[in-house]
Amino acid sequence: MRVIYAVWLRQIKRYFRSKSRIIGAIGQPLLFLLALGYGLGSVYQRAGQGDYITFLVPGIMAQTVLFSAVFFGINIIFDKQFGFLKETLVAPVSRLKIMLGGALGGATTSVLQGLIVFVISFALGFRPHDWLMVPVALLVMVVLAVALASFSSGVGAIVNDFQGFQAINQFLIFPLFFLSGSLYPLDTVPTALKIIAACNPISYAVDALRATLLGQSHYGLGVDMIALAITVVVLVVFGVYEFRRIEA
Amino acid sequence: MNKREEPIIEALKVVKRFGDVTAVNGVTFSVAPGEIFAFLGPNGAGKSTTIKMLTTLLQPTSGTLKLAGHDVAKDQDAVRTSFGIVFQDPSVDDELTALENMQLHGAMYGIPRAELNGRIGELLHLVELWERKDYRVKTFSGGMKRRLEIARGLLHHPRILFLDEPTLGLDTQTRNLMWDYVKRLSDKEGMTIFFSTHYLEEAEQIAEHIAIIDHGRIVAHGTTAQLKKQTNTTSLEAAYLALTGKELRDEPASGKDQLRLRMRARGGGR
Repeated sequence: MRVIYAVWLRQIKRYFRSKSRIIGAIGQPLLFLLALGYGLGSVYQRAGQGDYITFLVPGIMAQTVLFSAVFFGINIIFDKQFGFLKETLVAPVSRLKIMLGGALGGATTSVLQGLIVFVISFALGFRPHDWLMVPVALLVMVVLAVALASFSSGVGAIVNDFQGFQAINQFLIFPLFFLSGSLYPLDTVPTALKIIAACNPISYAVDALRATLLGQSHYGLGVDMIALAITVVVLVVFGVYEFRRIEA
Repeated sequence: MNKREEPIIEALKVVKRFGDVTAVNGVTFSVAPGEIFAFLGPNGAGKSTTIKMLTTLLQPTSGTLKLAGHDVAKDQDAVRTSFGIVFQDPSVDDELTALENMQLHGAMYGIPRAELNGRIGELLHLVELWERKDYRVKTFSGGMKRRLEIARGLLHHPRILFLDEPTLGLDTQTRNLMWDYVKRLSDKEGMTIFFSTHYLEEAEQIAEHIAIIDHGRIVAHGTTAQLKKQTNTTSLEAAYLALTGKELRDEPASGKDQLRLRMRARGGGR
């Protein structure tokens, strides 16, 4: 536990020392929320669906966690390039702990950013339908963040340069985001899109956040939770497996 | 050197291949406890690969390596606890302070909390960084970072300290200071020092035993006097050139590029 905590703490300290990272990471979801929320709000309302910003907030919270956690693996590449990784690789501790400590650190900061979006959304008139469900929404974000930060650590272990990492990220992040139902309800989309969304783990996170914060759900909270549980197990195993294979 | 003692570092017919390239080809040598041992060789001779195998960063293809009686391949954690290392390139976290780097190392090596702060204070005083302990490492000069790495490498009281070209890029003052610390540690604590360098005068002055590796094989192993006698020369530099020849070696770029080449050779796309 001490090792995991120490590695976790390192990531937290690094995060809070990089002010530009915090601001940058909150700017993007805010842009989505304001531009899409107000831009499409009237269309959404005219279609008889109610308040679009309220609908959008859980989706953008998931997006914030997604972007931030998937980006976390870049730290592994930093550690490779700037040498710190070697210090951890010769230490008498298991790679599992090093990887988990780092991924938990990345997950913590990602959830924190999701929560900042949640708080900001209050200024836009958002209110959760049931405060008792907010802790469950937090749990959903934590599970999503741990899964994605572990996945990202695995990618960071495989790739050795920043450009390669960025290319993989761009290739993954946007389809995961746009095809997840974070921006539109899945109830009325064409079947093809429904099938694609059903294969996308982010859909279940978005849906679970909507279920807990808005009380509306496409798949049902139970299905969401099972899908998220499977996702976190698979991605943590992937992250650990790839991290163990790093050679100096 | 006490001949009856078990060697603290022992390499027996160690081979390392990367694809069809043999980087280390049947290396055998030993280092006695408490000794200062220099490991020399031209670029690309297999020096770094050997050090990486000794420090568990790479697995040998065949042969045995033992550190403090533990097999490097089988008993990794015991081996890792037994040595400290100062890498050729910095390996401290720039965004953390000197103190935080030390604390992180202490946690990873399981140093009891009650002892940790005392030890950190002692070592940071030793390398004259105590006043800067709360500064982020990115504000440090190259020499300061190297001193911090030495302090960190000693924090868990290793029996062996590996120094991979520790004085590369340091000015004469810092180099002298550094070797003073290292010699004091070897004398006082009986710590074994294993270092590589391209500065042969350093090896001649400091090392008790020297091994020279070339083309993946140990070409000479002994005291400076023995090497000079063997080659009929008057300085270690002359002996070294007599043993390794005068032509220039092309090293396949940095360690990371080597890694990439290797991965590509394996078809791993890394």
